[in-house]
Amino acid sequence: MSGIPTGPDGGADARPLVIRNLRKEYRAGAPVLSDISLTIASKGITAIVGPSGTGKSTLIRCINRLVDPTAGEILFDGQDLARLRGRELRAARRHIGMVFQEYNLVERLSVIENVLCGRLGYLPTWRAWLRRFPATEIERAFQLLDRVGLNGFATERADRLSGGQRQRVGVARALMQEPRLILADEPTSSLDPKTSVEIMELIAVEAGARNIPVIVNIHNVNLARRFADRIVGMRNGRIVFDGPPERLAESHLLEIYGGEGWLE
Amino acid sequence: MAGVAASEHPPHPSPREGEGGRRRAFPPNWRARLAFAALALYALYAAQSLDFTWSRFVQGFDQGGRFLARMFPPNTAPDKLHLLVDGMMESLQIAVLATAVGIALSLPLGVAAARNLAPAPLAWSARALIVLFRSFHPVIVAILFVKAVGFGALAGVLALIVASLGFLSKLLAEALEEISMRQLEAVRATGAPFLSVLVFGVLPQVLPRHIGFCAYQLDSNLRNSALVGLVGGGGIGATLFTAFQRFDYDFVLTIVLAIIAVVMLGEMLSVCTRRLFQ
Repeated sequence: MSGIPTGPDGGADARPLVIRNLRKEYRAGAPVLSDISLTIASKGITAIVGPSGTGKSTLIRCINRLVDPTAGEILFDGQDLARLRGRELRAARRHIGMVFQEYNLVERLSVIENVLCGRLGYLPTWRAWLRRFPATEIERAFQLLDRVGLNGFATERADRLSGGQRQRVGVARALMQEPRLILADEPTSSLDPKTSVEIMELIAVEAGARNIPVIVNIHNVNLARRFADRIVGMRNGRIVFDGPPERLAESHLLEIYGGEGWLE
Repeated sequence: MAGVAASEHPPHPSPREGEGGRRRAFPPNWRARLAFAALALYALYAAQSLDFTWSRFVQGFDQGGRFLARMFPPNTAPDKLHLLVDGMMESLQIAVLATAVGIALSLPLGVAAARNLAPAPLAWSARALIVLFRSFHPVIVAILFVKAVGFGALAGVLALIVASLGFLSKLLAEALEEISMRQLEAVRATGAPFLSVLVFGVLPQVLPRHIGFCAYQLDSNLRNSALVGLVGGGGIGATLFTAFQRFDYDFVLTIVLAIIAVVMLGEMLSVCTRRLFQ
């Protein structure tokens, strides 16, 4: 249960995440997700593409239970995440890192405090309050900041950073958890094209080096093609395409997004 | 007639025509006029039924003048100053103690009353409790506590704790309901326990504002500690009350001046604190 990835065969199960018949209705009878089944391999990037409002975000949030699914199973580490509650749920969340569209840093905390948020699941509250993190974790937080290119920013307040820098902190926070799975919900949608590529590259390199599988929601089909090992296309709460990026043809995009004008 | 006048300006059809076809930029608000007239009439009726007369007012001026004359010069005899300092120190202690306990208790009550953090039944009961604390003026609460625990500083402290708790929890709950849930969501997604989410995700967002409220409450408790003393809650208010009863009007003036000085100091302190934590 240490959560430290130990090489190519780190996970005992070659399929760390299995979603079966997942269904989510915010209002009864109007499913946002209907009958989603998906198996995520133990490494590599899976990109979920699809129009806004098609349930991509809901799907990702069901996995770490920021959203409660209506029905279905989410098997991870031999547990059904959909049924966990309280302490067990928090213990499972510690192993799932998340990167958000709006970065979701705590604005008034320093950069390093935001990164160390990734360890809060392992620390009693009084130690968190007094900022008494183990020295090894503080050291690792500094190293992660170096890795994401924020050397020297540790004690800056998070609200002083630019969008790209904030998302780098967001990635470092997720990595700080030593996760077995990273969820990224539109991590580049608030960034300019160049920064978007840099952030995707950062996620791909760091997750790849640690053999952490990544599920990323992404609007930008080109970015998805460039970085993903597998693309899942969604429309109206259902999966309508699942395969390697090479197989994603224009006809599929038409099916996923509908219309034609935007392709020209 | 109006229709004929309007037809002279066919390109500008106006929604409402006054007499002579002039368009009115400021149509009269008859409802507001009626309300003001009713308010004025009621004020006249109230004044008449409460027996406000000009002669009584003038007579009061006269007496007030004599009263003021007896106050000057303020009494600065050493024994009186000793009483003054004793009373003032007690008031200060009452205010600081009530503020400290009020702040400590307002944190859990404020969180419990925030509808985005607490489950609905808890939030509504906490809100009901806050409304209860806020529904009476500290002086009335002090009278109740004087009956309950007897004369002295304890009653004053308890009364001001209730007042602080009502004010601080309400404002804290409102501040909490305005926080960014995104920041909180990210901390929760790391598997942090609820209290750690509060410490890392919520507290940083509300702390500067809450410190401002607390500084204001200290300032307000300094003022009110004199007030609760008047009804038996100890402190400088008790000294003031005794001086009144003994017709020591010159000492009354000394006390009043001292209270004004302390309140101004408190105000300055409160402003400085708030500036420090901006």
